[in-house]
Amino acid sequence: MNIVVCVKQVPDTESPRKLKSDDKTLDRGAADGVINELDEYAIEEALSIKEAHGGEVTVLTMGPDKALDSIRKALAMGVDKAVHLVDDALTGSDALQTSYAIQQVLAKTGFDVVILGSESTDARTGVLAAMLAERLGVPQLSQAKKVEIDGSAIAIQRQTDYGYDRVEAALPAVVSVVEKINEPRYPSFKGIMAAKKKPVEVLSAAAAGIDTAKVGLANAATEVIEFAEAPPREQGQIVKDEGDGGVKLAEFLAAKKFV
Amino acid sequence: MTEILVLVDHLDGEVKKVTFELLTLARRFGDAAAVWIGPGYEGAKDKLAEYGAAKVYVAADEELTSYVVAPKAEVLAQLVSEKSPAAVLVSATAEGKEVAGRLAIKIDSGVLTDVVDVAEGFVGEHSIFGGAIIAQAKVRSGTPIIAVRPNAVAVEAAPSSPAEEQVSVALTDAAKSAKVVEKVVQEKGERPDLTEAAIVVSGGRGVGGAENFSIIEGLADSLGAAVGASRAATDAGWYPHQFQVGQTGKTVSPQLYIAVGISGAIQHRAGMQTSKTIVAINKDAEAPIFELVDYGVVGDLFQVAPQLTEEVNKRK
Repeated sequence: MNIVVCVKQVPDTESPRKLKSDDKTLDRGAADGVINELDEYAIEEALSIKEAHGGEVTVLTMGPDKALDSIRKALAMGVDKAVHLVDDALTGSDALQTSYAIQQVLAKTGFDVVILGSESTDARTGVLAAMLAERLGVPQLSQAKKVEIDGSAIAIQRQTDYGYDRVEAALPAVVSVVEKINEPRYPSFKGIMAAKKKPVEVLSAAAAGIDTAKVGLANAATEVIEFAEAPPREQGQIVKDEGDGGVKLAEFLAAKKFV
Repeated sequence: MTEILVLVDHLDGEVKKVTFELLTLARRFGDAAAVWIGPGYEGAKDKLAEYGAAKVYVAADEELTSYVVAPKAEVLAQLVSEKSPAAVLVSATAEGKEVAGRLAIKIDSGVLTDVVDVAEGFVGEHSIFGGAIIAQAKVRSGTPIIAVRPNAVAVEAAPSSPAEEQVSVALTDAAKSAKVVEKVVQEKGERPDLTEAAIVVSGGRGVGGAENFSIIEGLADSLGAAVGASRAATDAGWYPHQFQVGQTGKTVSPQLYIAVGISGAIQHRAGMQTSKTIVAINKDAEAPIFELVDYGVVGDLFQVAPQLTEEVNKRK
């Protein structure tokens, strides 16, 4: 089984996240880079598929040089090898372009299963899995909270507001996972040491067969025009419960016409 | 007049409120043309008329909702090519965004997701990084596809008598590759949808266990609210994950958000910061949630929340 897990390095939620004033793209220097949380579940799922069905797991990342830190972590968790797509020409690409770039790389790596988190914590567009499935012409098995593979058949539980849909398809397929599908493992010391020797193939846009006229900020189909910090919320009244906190709260809600 | 396509968000014929928000929004820019996909239109048509649909495209074939997302994108792509609308609006739910993503590739257009308002020229306003930054963005090429967050736009009724046009689409094989074989409905009761509710009551670590979530549910039911949970509570298995409010869960912006036993970590704030009125009950006076609140009670939720429930029920 050829399993490719797509991982995005994102700014740590706990550190200040900013846009740059000049080109209005994410200021990657302002915050620590970490693996997108939901992608950790994707890595775990990829590893458990491999453990159950054999094969090889490749981590695929598009991002600047420093995204190598996230690749190393994925390798330390047990992923076999990595492809790092890095090129200045890709900077500022939107989701439409990113899905194109990843499609080009997948044409090189081949795949039975492409697996990724259902959205990233920075842009939160939640469109990449759907876009990849559309571009690749393979089943879209997104929002998975459970994945089952049997030979070339694959089934998922697709999380919905009312519960879930059971979805069936045939491999190859694109799978996106939601939180709680599994418990991502921590890299072991042995895993961290082994990761240093695992192969990381670095690809430029040209080497990946990407037409640079189709990617990057200047060619994006969307554009951030302006941005500003949201005005801070004004803190309201805080009261200490003296046995009538619930009543006071009800009075507040009544004054606001919620009750 | 130019048409703006609005993908109707419905579950087996039950129209979601966000659809009326999209119709309201569409009318600012032209004729709101609703796109109905799947069975159940007859029971819902009056609702679409009430909120000002000038036209309804009806693609009623049951097959269209038997596969994951892709058929919906094919219907919309066909309509975009035939009707040349000025824009396509969908709800920014997990599925709505996926439809938008596939459509963007089919018609080679830019897509804006999680928009909270749309201005002249289809400039979308986004609230990003957990509400810390407000950004305006637009689509440069193609027909703008805009996914609008539920509860972001105030609904206005505008009774109309929409013209109906039947639409049939020959699905590609690729669109039929992920088959929905079973819909499993888990308990939700009569409560409103989390992302659509006017009031949300959420419980967190302070609730202390699955059995205590009845306190949260009791308060929610007294207010006709939806129930949410923080990540601490869903991670602990106290409440199902699909009710998680936060950066890796749902984003909500109700009129009133009540955080009970939730400290207010950034991960949680990212999912509720744009709520209009925020209220919290927490025993820790230093909890960061209090920085956001319009009204906060420092106290034991096991005392305060039931008292509030009782008081709300009394005042009804």
